[in-house]
Amino acid sequence: MIRFAGPVLVMLASIAVGWLALMLLAQRDGRFFRIATPVLFGFLILWLWQVACVGFGIPRVLLPAPSAVARAFVVHAGMLRVDFWQTVVRSVLPGWIIGCGAGFLVALLLDRSPFLRRGILPLGNLVSAMPIVGIAPIMVMWFGFDWQSKAAVVVVMTFFPMLVNTIAGLEQSAPMERDLMRSYAAGYGTTLAKLRLPMALPFVFTALKLNSTLALIGAIVAEFFGTPIVGMGFRISTEVAKFNLDIVWAEIALAAVVGSLSFAALAGLERAATFWHPSFR
Amino acid sequence: MLAVPVVLLAVVVIWYAAAVYLNWDSAAQFADEGASRLDILQATMSLDRPLLPPPHQLLATLGDEIFGWPVTSPRSILYHTAVTASAAACGFVLAIVVGIALAIGIVQTRTLDRSLMPWIIASQTVPVLAIAPMVIVVLGSIGLTGLLPKALIAGYLSFFPVTTAMVKGLRAPDPMQRDLMRTYNATEAQTFRMLRWPSAMGFLFPALKVAAALALVGAIVAELPTGAQAGLGARLLTGSYYGQTLQIWAALVMASLLALLSIAAVDLAQGVLVRQRGGRL
Repeated sequence: MIRFAGPVLVMLASIAVGWLALMLLAQRDGRFFRIATPVLFGFLILWLWQVACVGFGIPRVLLPAPSAVARAFVVHAGMLRVDFWQTVVRSVLPGWIIGCGAGFLVALLLDRSPFLRRGILPLGNLVSAMPIVGIAPIMVMWFGFDWQSKAAVVVVMTFFPMLVNTIAGLEQSAPMERDLMRSYAAGYGTTLAKLRLPMALPFVFTALKLNSTLALIGAIVAEFFGTPIVGMGFRISTEVAKFNLDIVWAEIALAAVVGSLSFAALAGLERAATFWHPSFR
Repeated sequence: MLAVPVVLLAVVVIWYAAAVYLNWDSAAQFADEGASRLDILQATMSLDRPLLPPPHQLLATLGDEIFGWPVTSPRSILYHTAVTASAAACGFVLAIVVGIALAIGIVQTRTLDRSLMPWIIASQTVPVLAIAPMVIVVLGSIGLTGLLPKALIAGYLSFFPVTTAMVKGLRAPDPMQRDLMRTYNATEAQTFRMLRWPSAMGFLFPALKVAAALALVGAIVAELPTGAQAGLGARLLTGSYYGQTLQIWAALVMASLLALLSIAAVDLAQGVLVRQRGGRL
């Protein structure tokens, strides 16, 4: 018991000091404090994690300390790069582009046929609620072990959110606005390009952002079902079995960074493309 | 009204066509010398390991796996569905409790709002499912197996939508309504109970539908890494190992039905609440 008194005291003191600092920061407004508060909170959590791991001597196979994860990140940088290339560049990216593109195009086609739209939309909503990652073993059987099967899972996962969102977006324009376009003698194509697609853009971007996370999840889980011996999902499942948890955490950190960076990039793109939207003005 | 049946019929027709196309090679391989094209066509409908089982074969398999065995037998798909459903349900309840508690903390404490909320939003962009194998294996190594680890993952995956929706909902009452509560000399607790909590319900239920679907995905993926003795995820994995495509498809159908059932249950709960509150949410 005495042995753990030191770490416990350090942790309690850290929590007290950290919380006090957070309270002071949270009282202030402004851009700097809005960013500094969560950053400090993140560091506080990492620090407590580190103190707990070192102080209590938690075995490496249960929970590696953040410093061990950081070391694994540097030591295994080459492996992480190869896994990143296999999973993100070869599986996620093509799948995401094809799935989102197909969803968008099909939504445009359905826009011409209210009958088909009424038939397919309930189906699309239904499929969106289903655990689609489950098709991974079937895709592995159809398209083989390499990235093609992962990309196929990603295509199916990203297709329906894009379809449903684009259709909802295309219905955003008010009758008054469409009447105005008609009084300008604008045809279907012009109305689509000048009025309805711009109105749909926020919805399209919502789907793009949602899909960027879904795509990463789909590819990683699909790799649990069989891969060539490379890829983030493959690495996670095999290193877990070997209890090399520092590598697993490093892969998870990599996935987190990739996920939030792509989200941030899409959010930036959205800002640039829909600068006229009320939520950004 | 006609649109949905027509689209469904089209799906079935395309499914049969795809089944013939995909199964043709292996059917031709097993056919006798001099078998006519018609014989091969018939064979594509009843292969042991079809790439894509035609709908009627899938239904027959499902019927056998549901009714052909006692419910407690590991050969019965109902047994595996119940295992997965119980894990998902426990996780779902966990997610509701933790999610609402976090939301209350965030709404009532400015420090938590500024420091924790950004992380909760950021974590939406991270493929959290990647941690599932690690949680299962680590908890397994300290003797925690069975329902609990799976429920933890299902809960971890599904508490984000609950928290974000509840934070939004608890903040939804406008200043006018809060001022009214103050003129009634209501305490903070009374305002919470009579104003904030009821207003949050309209935000909670859509989020619960998302959370229910996520909890199911979490439970299924959590069944993958343990070598998985029971559950729909285990059926997917063993089916994938031994090339038992019918087993994979049957598990997928049951998972989808489970997703629909859980969403219907949320709808039902919402209906009960709406009726209690006199037709409004």
